Amino acid sequence: MKEVQVNELQELLNSFANKDVYIHLETTNGAYASHFDERVFNAGAFIRNVKIRYELAKIISDTPHRVGLKMNHGWVYAQGITHYELDDKGRLLMAGLDFTGKLAVALEISETPFSY
Amino acid sequence: MSLQPQRQILVVFPHPDDEAFSSAGTIRLYRNMGVPVTYACLTLGEMGRNLGNPPFATRESLPEIRREELKAACEVMGIDDLRMMGLRDKTVEFEDDEKMVSLVKDLIDELNPSLIITFLPGYSVHPDHEATARAVFETVRRMPKENRPTIYAVGFANNTVAEKGAPTVQIDVSSVKLDKVKALQAHASQTAWMIEENTKRSDEGQPMSDSWLHYERFYQVDLED
Repeated sequence: MKEVQVNELQELLNSFANKDVYIHLETTNGAYASHFDERVFNAGAFIRNVKIRYELAKIISDTPHRVGLKMNHGWVYAQGITHYELDDKGRLLMAGLDFTGKLAVALEISETPFSY
Repeated sequence: MSLQPQRQILVVFPHPDDEAFSSAGTIRLYRNMGVPVTYACLTLGEMGRNLGNPPFATRESLPEIRREELKAACEVMGIDDLRMMGLRDKTVEFEDDEKMVSLVKDLIDELNPSLIITFLPGYSVHPDHEATARAVFETVRRMPKENRPTIYAVGFANNTVAEKGAPTVQIDVSSVKLDKVKALQAHASQTAWMIEENTKRSDEGQPMSDSWLHYERFYQVDLED
């Protein structure tokens, strides 16, 4: 993955619009967050291999970036995106890596299902 | 304390590297004695957060990296029977409870272990650790008393010693300390930052306490109810 280049990522997001795509969306502060610091409220969400179809995608140029997908009847968005790549299977993998290199958020889009 | 003789050991943990932190020295010592050890690793740590910045992996490429790290760690520990059980990281607790018991029961029926090494229910912090421990304990509880293996359980929640007392088994792994370090290093995607941090502290004249490289501590559980 490389650091976000807004124009290039916007084009990649556009390339999946109006297609049936599988998404992976994840936010986390780590399973150990409240073990290391009991003041931390541990929360996260995870969804994988849900099929959606979006008509509009937008990346906002603030850093870290926000990416929003507008669907016919709803929304998907991720906040904190820093890196991305189009992998060798043609999947658009976006991630938000914190200052220590730990994943805080991930949004991935693929025309084929992700593994289990 | 000296190692209790064992016929067969079954190690059950959910994540590649759980075994290295908690038990690598103990496993190596038993392997040096010729005791067979099977490691059932339930997931590939697919949801590991450490991808680096700049990143060395993606969410999708991490599992294959960790699979190879796990194999390398097992080589260091002398484990030649590694079972990768195919569950997904952070979902173990949501699996059907009876399916989890069956998974453990099949391993016990096949291997007839005299000792199982796993986590301590209620004191193992990560939801996958807890789910793994629950499945193992429940499976053993359902066995006829005379057939039940001993369990060495790893507990490290902040309240463990306060509530459970000191671990009842302390194994001196000093003689295989380097193997334990190598097993940890094999899981580089998970431990490189830690090893780097320790090196830095040593450079500053403040070596991290390495007592955990000399002793491995467990709660021995012989289920009687």
